[in-house]
Amino acid sequence: MFLIDCPYCGPRQQTEFHCHGEAHIARPKDPDAISDVEWADYLFNRSNTKGVFYERWVHNHGCRRWFNLARDTVSDRILAVYRMGEKPPRVKK
Amino acid sequence: MAKYSVFSLVRNALSYHENWQRAWRSPDPKPEYDILVIGGGGHGLATAHYLAKEHGINNVAVIEKGWLGGGNTARNTTIVRSNYLWDESAAIYEHSLKLWEGLSQDLNFNVMFSQRGVMNLAHNLHDWRELNRRVHAIRLNGVDSEILSAAQVKAEAPILNVSPDSRYPIIGASMQRRGGTARHDAVAWGYARAADQRGVDIIQNCEVTGFVINNGRVEGVETTRGPIKAKRVGVAVAGHSSVLADMAGFRMPVESNPLQALVSDPIKPVLDCVVMSSAVHVYISQSDRGEFVIGAGSDLHVSYSQRGSFEIIEGIMGALCELVPMVSRMKMMRQWGGVVDVTPDRSPIVGKTPVEGLFINCGWGTGGFKGTPGSGHAFAATLAAGEPNDMAGPFSLDRFRTGFLIDEAGAAAVAH
Repeated sequence: MFLIDCPYCGPRQQTEFHCHGEAHIARPKDPDAISDVEWADYLFNRSNTKGVFYERWVHNHGCRRWFNLARDTVSDRILAVYRMGEKPPRVKK
Repeated sequence: MAKYSVFSLVRNALSYHENWQRAWRSPDPKPEYDILVIGGGGHGLATAHYLAKEHGINNVAVIEKGWLGGGNTARNTTIVRSNYLWDESAAIYEHSLKLWEGLSQDLNFNVMFSQRGVMNLAHNLHDWRELNRRVHAIRLNGVDSEILSAAQVKAEAPILNVSPDSRYPIIGASMQRRGGTARHDAVAWGYARAADQRGVDIIQNCEVTGFVINNGRVEGVETTRGPIKAKRVGVAVAGHSSVLADMAGFRMPVESNPLQALVSDPIKPVLDCVVMSSAVHVYISQSDRGEFVIGAGSDLHVSYSQRGSFEIIEGIMGALCELVPMVSRMKMMRQWGGVVDVTPDRSPIVGKTPVEGLFINCGWGTGGFKGTPGSGHAFAATLAAGEPNDMAGPFSLDRFRTGFLIDEAGAAAVAH
């Protein structure tokens, strides 16, 4: 179980949150202009990183706001918490 | 290699069981193979076995970074069934179930396949309607499936709480009587022994660190035990598929999630079928040793830690205490996790990759164990021909571009 430091509410247990997968996937600006391969890449392919991974969480049973985590997917250690719109911080394992 | 039989048992008993041959060799890697299979779990070993047996290709190696069947093959809840909704899935899982039915004889190794029946519970009207639809669809595909009333459920599994006042009332269930369980370790060992017997090299403690790719064509792999050349390479590494794909320079529609299971202390036999409930994320069977083998849902976050969240265990145990009240007074002995590779449509990927000569078999998600023989069979045919066979065809990586998804989320998202 993770102890997640919500940037708005402070540390709360994982059951209050919901993980929504990889962060920083930008929707193509002009979907009609891109190929099926590029669209499929946007829609389905994920980096699924073994190591430092940037992901989106939402504080469902709390402030209901979204934010990002940097987490080591091998040790499950949370390395950084940052708000939506902020650039991913550089972190070390 | 000696054949296992009652006579070999007697012969070895005379020498106090001190002269049994090793079940498989432990060779050093040769510099080159016709086909290299990465991943010594059930799927990889089955692939090697069928390559040698069905296609006569013996110059094959299986390389494994840890030990045989030390990953998901040893971490699942051993449930085997083939009651899938879509035609493509029904074809490959039913093929797999048919192979299961003759597997002990084929491998000359007792995989303890027990067709004790697999029951899926319905707890509300929606469940019930969906379950009826599924049962009929499954039967149209020639796969056995039947509908049980609540009274029949109680007769099959008296430990279940079927009271209408319970939190999860049981309206009825579907039952696949040909489904059941098998001994997971024996599956890995049996395939390893049978493949080794036909000349396949099984190389453990050999981790792939990179691919040798020239002009878009794979020529071999770099490993911790030196480079190995190969004409074709098959990847069957489940949770680490994205890591290997990354080494080869392409992306995968796969996420690796922790999936957990646990076992209780052993008790006298009280449950002789597998009971699954998708609605409350629980599945339970009783092993030959008397332990309840209990499976949980998977975590939703990416993790390679082989360790799930405690909240998942709390959730399923709460539900289980309602469904099977006697469990509330039992102790859980062990709990563990594996890393499952989940695709967006919850169906596997078997076939080509963007790299020529490099093939992948992954995405079996939370239900790979039951697919082991079928998966190996289809992947071996694919590797031997260099083209996916009819069974593997629909499960191509390319389906995420074409949009021909095989949406088994209802059948596989939770319940295995």
